[in-house]
Amino acid sequence: MTEEAVKQTKVIVFQLKDEEYAIPVENVGSIERLLPITRVPKTAEFVEGVINLRGVVTPIIDLRKRFNLEASEHDEQTRIIVSSIADMDVGLIVDSANDVLDLKEDDIEPPPEVVGTVEVEYIRGVAKLERRLLILLDLEMVLNQKEVQKLMEIEG
Amino acid sequence: METNQYMEVFIDESKEHLQAINDHLLQLEKNPGDLGIVGEIFRSAHTLKGMSATMGYQDLSNLTHKMENVLDGVRNKKIDVNTEMLDVVFDSVDDLEAMVMDIADGGTGKRDVEKVVLMLQAIENGTVSDHVENKAIHTPSPTPEIQLDEFTLTVLEQSQEQGQFNYQIEITLRDDCLLKAARVYMVFEVLEQVGEVVYSVPSVEDLENEAFESSFHVVLISGEKMEEIKERILKVSEIERVEISTFSLQEYEQVPENEEPEGGFSRENAATQEEPVHNSTAKQNSNKTIRVNIDRLDVLMNLFEELVIDRGRLEQISNELAHEELKGTVERMSRISGDLQSIILNMRMVPIEQVFNRFPRMVRQLSRDLGKQVDLQVEGADTELDRTVIDEIGDPLVHLIRNALDHGLEHPDIREEKGKPREGRLELKAFHSGNHVFIEISDDGAGINRSRVIEKAVQNQVVTEEQAAGLPDNQVFELIMESGFSTADQISDISGRGVGLDVVKNTIESLGGNISITSEVDRGSTFSIQLPLTLSIISVMLVEVQDEKYAIPLSSIIETAIVKREDIFHAHNKKVIDFRGKVVPLVFLKDLFTVPETREQNEFYSIVLVRKGDKMAALVVDSFIGQQEVVLKTLGNYLSGVFAISGATILGDGQVALIVDSNALIK
Repeated sequence: MTEEAVKQTKVIVFQLKDEEYAIPVENVGSIERLLPITRVPKTAEFVEGVINLRGVVTPIIDLRKRFNLEASEHDEQTRIIVSSIADMDVGLIVDSANDVLDLKEDDIEPPPEVVGTVEVEYIRGVAKLERRLLILLDLEMVLNQKEVQKLMEIEG
Repeated sequence: METNQYMEVFIDESKEHLQAINDHLLQLEKNPGDLGIVGEIFRSAHTLKGMSATMGYQDLSNLTHKMENVLDGVRNKKIDVNTEMLDVVFDSVDDLEAMVMDIADGGTGKRDVEKVVLMLQAIENGTVSDHVENKAIHTPSPTPEIQLDEFTLTVLEQSQEQGQFNYQIEITLRDDCLLKAARVYMVFEVLEQVGEVVYSVPSVEDLENEAFESSFHVVLISGEKMEEIKERILKVSEIERVEISTFSLQEYEQVPENEEPEGGFSRENAATQEEPVHNSTAKQNSNKTIRVNIDRLDVLMNLFEELVIDRGRLEQISNELAHEELKGTVERMSRISGDLQSIILNMRMVPIEQVFNRFPRMVRQLSRDLGKQVDLQVEGADTELDRTVIDEIGDPLVHLIRNALDHGLEHPDIREEKGKPREGRLELKAFHSGNHVFIEISDDGAGINRSRVIEKAVQNQVVTEEQAAGLPDNQVFELIMESGFSTADQISDISGRGVGLDVVKNTIESLGGNISITSEVDRGSTFSIQLPLTLSIISVMLVEVQDEKYAIPLSSIIETAIVKREDIFHAHNKKVIDFRGKVVPLVFLKDLFTVPETREQNEFYSIVLVRKGDKMAALVVDSFIGQQEVVLKTLGNYLSGVFAISGATILGDGQVALIVDSNALIK
């Protein structure tokens, strides 16, 4: 019983374009509706800017732009998933977020060579759940500091 | 996590105790006869020893113990207080400090302290013979402090009737015994196995608190033989000696009559020993504080800002609705939250004492090294500053004090020739004025020689001769803080104050403060530092660039102006303006920050003139919103090092505005 519990991971499921993605719930601080965003000049293109998250200035990145997916208009369903990893709090703009699931380790498979248009390096694995396919993101790679710095330098 | 929390407390308290030891040692040097001060030092050292042993830092605990031995000698008048002895103790405090810092940095607190330990031991051993003699006198006195109440006496009588023996035992622990309380516990456990302890001097409570020197007495009822008991006790390690004898009730009952005066004396002794303990508890009570992690205060502050933003909205709504009761309530709420705000800000304030109190020690050492006599006066140590400023201001002050001692004050002989007292005066003063804190460091030394400063500055190409000639005194003196004014090998030239002063100036300016110098030849110099009360709240000018709002720190703004389009010139492919005879380059924030264009070009430009040192730039914006006090925030770790943006702030409407780092815009 306990062994089984250890092997389960709770994930937040969100939508980007036609795909469903998942990140571990322990990396998620909160899910917010769209807040006014202040643009920060001279940063990477996918950095939307910063928001006032209950008194804390929090940077926001657009996951669609980060994954080089086509841009879309923000609507009622658009959410900001505030995630934290390695001392960094970053909000991720996603098309919608509405599910919390328990994933068994067994359900997770290594990433296939090509999944949609997302580059494989961000993907930790793929989980098949009945008729759904979840792409497990590697947040550390998504929020890769070096890449941001490099992009900032190029733009600056 | 849990140990980390203990760790913080341990480090904080260790630092406090070390500071207390430092302070009291300095006092002791002035009043070598005051044993009360020694007691204070002893208490701090003892607590430090206990804490470090508990936390498992053996080296720290060992060295403290060695130091304690010396202090104990002083307390018992076996060791004289003199400069050499204090030097060694100060050195050991330095080592202890280094160990604590190492632990604070995540190290093990290990350090090679052999030299200091040897010196401490030498001091201790210098009087070893006295030590032994004293003990010899002490031991033979039979049951010196045993005072039994009637109940105990009855118990003892009964035990004798039942064929048990009454013993009186003196147990002496070894001097280097670290966990005395634990040893006592082990001894008691042995005693409880063989019989019943009916009485102990000092009391069990004191024994548990380690409130005894190295030996204690017990009265034991037991059926075992004397030798047997002695053997058993000696099995406990770190026991120096066990003296056991039969306790005779008859003798005891005679003693009080025969030795009335001595009995009275010992009681008095006990009373005086207790007194300092009372003192210290009284002190603790009068100063009730709790430690709060500054991060938590930041969280509190953030939450509070949210409240303030909502308050603004409420005020707006109540004005629109014109509902009397609502209006009254909102006004009350505003007032209360205003008070709350000032309390929260006050919580971050720390007395500058924290920085100042390391200086007496430093000045003592420096004046000895330099062979100068200095009288250090500290004023306004209770002046409060925000924690963030306190952390930054220490090093620049150290630098300035060193300079004043090294190059400002003359040698005693030279002072005498000039008709000044041999002892130089160094004043450290802090005070509030408006929204600022001033810190002044003044000496009555040689002062700064104007012509030599100019000579040096011209030589190092800091200014031209023509420029220098027209400068007022204070601006000439400030030349010594220019970078490139002086290099290390020129220390001895012109009172040498140029060394590294540019660093001091930069640090202070980065804190939003400034520094000025007044000086008179042979009368001394004063360095005056002006600092903002807090770094977390700054005054800014809010400006609009197209539809975006930016904040420019007031500290870097010279003034604002509106210029006509035709007043703009081109030089080297750059747009410049002529501002009061000076050519100032224009920086278009709109282009620099690639702000989306929504408005049409105006006939006039609104400009904000900013400076960095002597250089200026004119930031072109679309309109001024006004001056405002804002709370400074970082952009978070993810966006560290964004070009020309030093942080952000949250405006009254909840929106984030970026703070322009004008220093980055001027090359």
